[in-house]
Amino acid sequence: MTLIKEQDYGTPARSGEATVSVEIDGKTVLVPEGTSVMRAAAECGIDIPKLCATDNLEPFGSCRLCLVDIDGRKGSPASCTTPVADGMKVRTQTPELAELRRGVMELYISDHPLDCLTCPANGGCELQDMAGVVGLREVRYGFDGENHLDLPTDSTNPYFDFDASKCIACSRCVRACGEVQGTFALTIEGRGFDSKVAAGAGGTFMESECVSCGACVQACPTSTLQERSVVQLGMPTRSVITTCAYCGVGCSFKAELRGDEVVRMVPYKDGKANEGHSCVKGRFAFGYASHPDRQLKPMVRERITDPWREVEWEEAIGYVGSRMLDIQARHGAGAIGGISSSRCTNEEVYVVQKMVRAAFGNNNVDTCARVCHSPTGYGLKQTYGTSAGTQDFKSVDKADVILIIGANPTDAHPVFGSRIKRRLRQGAKLIVADPRKIDLVRSPHIQAEHHLPVRPGTNVALINAMSHVVVTEGLVDREFVEERCEDFAEWERFISAPEHSPEAVESITGIPAAELRAATRLYASARNATIMYGLGVTEHSQGSTMVMGMANLAMATGNIGREGVGVNPLRGQNNVQGSCDMGSFPHELPGYRHVSDEVVRGTFETLWGRVLDPEPGLRIPNMFDAAIDGTFRGLFVQGEDIVQSDPNTQHVTAALSSMELVVVQDLFLNETSKYAHVFLPGTSFLEKNGTFTNAERRINRVRPVMAPRTGKHEWEIVCEIAQAMGYPMKYDDSAQIMDEIAFTTPTFSGVSFAKLDQVGSVQWPCNDAAPEGTPIMHIDGFVRGRGRFVQTDYVPTQERSTRKFPLILTTGRILSQYNVGAQTRRTGNSAWHPEDMLEMHPHDAEVRGIRDGDTVALASRVGETTLRVKIAERMPVGVVYTTFHHPVTGANVVTTENSDWATNCPEYKVTAVQVSLKHPTPAAAVVR
Amino acid sequence: MTATHTPPHIRMSNEIAVQFRNRDPAWAAEQIAAHIHSFWDPRMRARLLADVTADDDRLDPLIVAAAALLPPARANG
Repeated sequence: MTLIKEQDYGTPARSGEATVSVEIDGKTVLVPEGTSVMRAAAECGIDIPKLCATDNLEPFGSCRLCLVDIDGRKGSPASCTTPVADGMKVRTQTPELAELRRGVMELYISDHPLDCLTCPANGGCELQDMAGVVGLREVRYGFDGENHLDLPTDSTNPYFDFDASKCIACSRCVRACGEVQGTFALTIEGRGFDSKVAAGAGGTFMESECVSCGACVQACPTSTLQERSVVQLGMPTRSVITTCAYCGVGCSFKAELRGDEVVRMVPYKDGKANEGHSCVKGRFAFGYASHPDRQLKPMVRERITDPWREVEWEEAIGYVGSRMLDIQARHGAGAIGGISSSRCTNEEVYVVQKMVRAAFGNNNVDTCARVCHSPTGYGLKQTYGTSAGTQDFKSVDKADVILIIGANPTDAHPVFGSRIKRRLRQGAKLIVADPRKIDLVRSPHIQAEHHLPVRPGTNVALINAMSHVVVTEGLVDREFVEERCEDFAEWERFISAPEHSPEAVESITGIPAAELRAATRLYASARNATIMYGLGVTEHSQGSTMVMGMANLAMATGNIGREGVGVNPLRGQNNVQGSCDMGSFPHELPGYRHVSDEVVRGTFETLWGRVLDPEPGLRIPNMFDAAIDGTFRGLFVQGEDIVQSDPNTQHVTAALSSMELVVVQDLFLNETSKYAHVFLPGTSFLEKNGTFTNAERRINRVRPVMAPRTGKHEWEIVCEIAQAMGYPMKYDDSAQIMDEIAFTTPTFSGVSFAKLDQVGSVQWPCNDAAPEGTPIMHIDGFVRGRGRFVQTDYVPTQERSTRKFPLILTTGRILSQYNVGAQTRRTGNSAWHPEDMLEMHPHDAEVRGIRDGDTVALASRVGETTLRVKIAERMPVGVVYTTFHHPVTGANVVTTENSDWATNCPEYKVTAVQVSLKHPTPAAAVVR
Repeated sequence: MTATHTPPHIRMSNEIAVQFRNRDPAWAAEQIAAHIHSFWDPRMRARLLADVTADDDRLDPLIVAAAALLPPARANG
């Protein structure tokens, strides 16, 4: 495959039913009203020269290269800023226009270094291309006049250089930072020849607000902003379209390579999840795949105190098979199990659950979604009938009010966060319910209408109060409820009770009643209101209840079943949705069908040739408990570092230490592998061939850019373990696995690699009823028939702040790092977040004699760790926050066994802690 | 005794029970039994039933009522 270069239409597409007809160079084209002359020309195959225009930015009209002649108009208007009009006649090529363009180009080149042959952008430079297009043959003004050729290069960013000497001041980077990313970190300083791009207040890129999303680099038409990998390796020569392996947005990328070496990852414009945008992780943090820490050979050891011994695949797989069988022979079929990974493909996950069900002969399979979005699966299935979000990402473009609860999209789902910010700049209103003042509460050009700083652990009281306002203030969409829902009357009586009023719960939630009422009226009165939520909803003792509470609120206000509305989980990892879809839960076969369903089980039994267990298996926390009890002794762990990521580390390590066989399949030796007997090297996303399913149910292809560096695909390893245990399990390739998924799972019956390669991506359900997929669910009816209102009593968590542990800890993520950090810690991203910090309100710090940067002890009733403090005004008094990206911190040493009542999802968001000064920073010590 | 020292199946079942404390007890027991039957591994259910039989006073009365509606469970997954 050669280098893919998407067509650049110069200005964004316009939507709308009204069209106009325009004639350009004798060709007639019909385009939507508001389309620019430049885009209309491009759509009929006529490329007008341009430099400052690109089709993901609004037209700017500064470069003057795109001038055209229009009948009846004076002068030569810029085609990028001139909208078409019905009957307009345009000429893009005349001798006069050619002269004008050459003159403009002369001015540009007179102020640009002539180092094309040694420039890293050589062959990929739009300025160079345009000089050729306009036929530039001379520069009458010389090459060294009033210019900026001596300006220094800013190399502070780990991934790209800013060489100001090559800047043509087209403002594409500045506009990309604002319009696409929404950060507004860049500006143009000075006037005329003094105009230059500046990051922040004139400092370096790293000192500025830049989030390193790469939008500016992508927008730059010269080599002013250039990936350092291109400087070092040269221009790529071929592209492979694939899917990012970080968060649940699931961005499409062009992996651009020279041979098998990835030069850069460029966001793919036709990717439906990201539409050409990216974040610092997907765009730049792919170097872990070739990091020297990668373990590429299998390893075995008898005891976890023994040194590792590298072995051949055959020995490792044979060892796993025989040890697993031996454990079952001595302790029963249910003594072993497996955990699948949300970082692996659908195909890899499917074979793990198949191995457990068919070869292990039980349902002891779970996935890391257990510790993040399992309450989403439970709550949305109870109310709507399916375990997934209702909308596509694009739907938010039609939302008038966006209610974000317990999510921080600009850090955890940055590309979607940018999309939200764009919609807010267009005028949509924002409500944020979160203990912290996340960036969306107030950032450049963004101001939430309401910030509801809900106390950790009281979400259900908040959502009940909102529904109470809806019901008691006449804001119910009666027509929707009567036509589409059930159990409303009982719920209405329940939620109307005075104990759910904002005034009654103010002392619980900490939210002033008037503010909560105003926010609810805003949500309920909007033409289209949408709910976006994250782990701040699910990771609570009432995570499932809260999901059902949000579902109630959306139904009561009729905000389901069309664009701009819905209830939408922002999934943490790239394939959380897919790993759940693939039957990774111990009570569900693929497609969320309970293991007790004889008909469904029969489908798999016939195909797989084994009788399947009709009883649910162990969930991850249950596996740990059973290990300590001695009834669970063998575990296969695919791509999840449970020791670092799961709560109450001491309990996890005690469980693993008591097991006879722990098998870890991963890229790197990690915290869990310290307790493992077998290490099976895994493959990075650059080596995988399969699919990921993102938070909007979009199934996207993951295409390999190189063969597995370990010599085996991960699904092959799993199949071989099954075979070693006596169960024949074999596929020729991963496409065959998807074919089996489609055969067995009704919501996937229309999915195949061939289909995805043809159409790009589809959103499930994709079947005969919806051959092109389903962007928005529950349009004419809920999956379960009628939407079900569920009574959601608020029950306080058992985790309370006490005199000994007076603060509440919540944990979460930060933009530059990802999950347990196994990937991002092995990239330049650590420049932004080299360690986990404890964020603390100034008051809480002051009363403890703690200053910014001090090292403190963070203790809960189950453990203690040490980390440094960051004083943060965004924290509420009484609440502290940290991340879990670094094993040295071990944030989960302090989190507890508390979990969601329905799903056992850990209560990461509420841990009573105390913080005490351990070591002052050297600087602070001086001034004490 | 802290929650940490309460056997997991007792802690988890009581956490389920408290969610239903404001509902009709008979209906709540049915719902709880259905939930445990749908989501709990048989060995966990067996332990719960054993504790109910042994009159463990740490169990919420709603759980005791729900347990009466559960079918027998095999002890070792």
